[in-house]
Amino acid sequence: MEFIKFNGVTKQYKNGVVAIYDLNLSIEKGDFCFIIGGSGSGKSTLIKMLYREEKPTKGEIILGGIRVNKLRNSKVYKLRRKLGIVFQDYRLLPKANVYENVAFALEAIGVKKSEIRPKVLKAIELVGLKSKLRDYPDNLSGGEQQRVAIARAIVNEPKLLICDEPTGNLDPVMSQEIVELLDTINKKEGTTVIMVTHDKTIVNSMKKHVIALKEGHLFKDYKEGEYVDEIL
Amino acid sequence: MKFFRILGRSIRDAFKSVGRNFSLSLASISCIIITLIIVAISIVVGYNVDNFSSELKKDLTIVAFVSNDADEVNIAKLKLDIESISNVESITFRSKTEIKEEMMKEDEAFKNAMSEWDDTENPLQHTYLIKVKDIEKIGETATTIKNLDSIDVVKYGEGMVDQLVTVFKVVQKVSIFAVLALILMTMFLIVNTIKLTIFSRKREISIMRLVGASNFAIKLPFVVEGMILGFIGSIIPVCILIYGYYALYNYFGGKLFTDLIKLVRPEPFIYIASLVVIGIGILVGMIGSGRAVRKYLKV
Repeated sequence: MEFIKFNGVTKQYKNGVVAIYDLNLSIEKGDFCFIIGGSGSGKSTLIKMLYREEKPTKGEIILGGIRVNKLRNSKVYKLRRKLGIVFQDYRLLPKANVYENVAFALEAIGVKKSEIRPKVLKAIELVGLKSKLRDYPDNLSGGEQQRVAIARAIVNEPKLLICDEPTGNLDPVMSQEIVELLDTINKKEGTTVIMVTHDKTIVNSMKKHVIALKEGHLFKDYKEGEYVDEIL
Repeated sequence: MKFFRILGRSIRDAFKSVGRNFSLSLASISCIIITLIIVAISIVVGYNVDNFSSELKKDLTIVAFVSNDADEVNIAKLKLDIESISNVESITFRSKTEIKEEMMKEDEAFKNAMSEWDDTENPLQHTYLIKVKDIEKIGETATTIKNLDSIDVVKYGEGMVDQLVTVFKVVQKVSIFAVLALILMTMFLIVNTIKLTIFSRKREISIMRLVGASNFAIKLPFVVEGMILGFIGSIIPVCILIYGYYALYNYFGGKLFTDLIKLVRPEPFIYIASLVVIGIGILVGMIGSGRAVRKYLKV
């Protein structure tokens, strides 16, 4: 079942740069999909359009039945509540501990206090940080910080988890752990995962659906299990 | 329920933020204090001027002096003539004897001089005191009365009154202008305070946006912060207003320099004025922060 669909999507920025050109692609519900490509290939623009940080200049984006490009600014928050987003730089609150960082995502959208605690504990347990509940980001390793960010992204049980180079700041061992954690979430929770990466080793170790972009165009759509010989 | 949870969180965050950016908050609060003190003074001046003008208008009376040749029939007819003028609201007759007695009561010197006078020697004149319905037409009415038979002189003190009212109106306009200028300046300062808060909480805001917090939930803490700044800033001006006005009222005994200018009684005036000052403080804070959020928050 198609969960995400890009129909003839073009994105041109105000400075005239065309980041995405006439892109057509689809991602199934429950899929784990890598988006790969070199610098300037349009990977980040593609995912920014998914969470409606950017709007396409042309074409249509459908996410779980919602026409993202038609969404009014005042309704964007409703879309984002169905998504979890993870970044390379973790984006944690430095003055909040692990529990508070994860709970923040629910507090910000007005979830009841009594509902927050069990959800937060479940998410933290899933990412394997139960023993570090009261630790602050400064006392955690890069991999652990990224786990906190993932817990925060999944705490509201999103339909889609978008990860923008989540392993970019991590060593290979930690990177592999993070990807395996994302794979677990994908399998256990049925969450669709989109991960942008440069890391060919990771992509090939996972044997997942891979979308390769080059200069804003769809270069190749690798099916599950296909070997990716180069990252452009 | 969700609204109250978001509101509760916003209030907590706003208080935290006021403390976190204390020096800048203090600058905003100081500016609000100065603005609101001037607002309070303007309200006091403005309301007193208004009150004075309307009291004056209410008291404005045409005094028609009846000619000494007029006999009782003429005087009685005069009353009917004056009453038939459409702008006349009420008419009171004061005989020259009554006037003499009043004057004698007021001053010892008058008493000595006037006690010898009998009705024929009394040089004072019978008068009609006339109140009008429409104050704008008092001049016309006075002229009509002046033209009646047996009327000697007609007086109404509009010259002095107009001058006083003009002076007070200028004072009122200047204070309104000063207040508006200060309110704008204060808003500018609040915009900058909130801008700094937004900057220091940029990461928090970006996370809130990404996890799907509504624009309302993101903006609310900042708007509440502006309201808190406005409220805190209004406390000192309100104290000055209440204690200052009581002191002023008691010091002058309820009138300013002359019996003509009566001060408005402190109660309930200053309490209503205090609410207005607090309201303006909160509103200025709210609008200032609202503008900052709209301007510097991409939501």
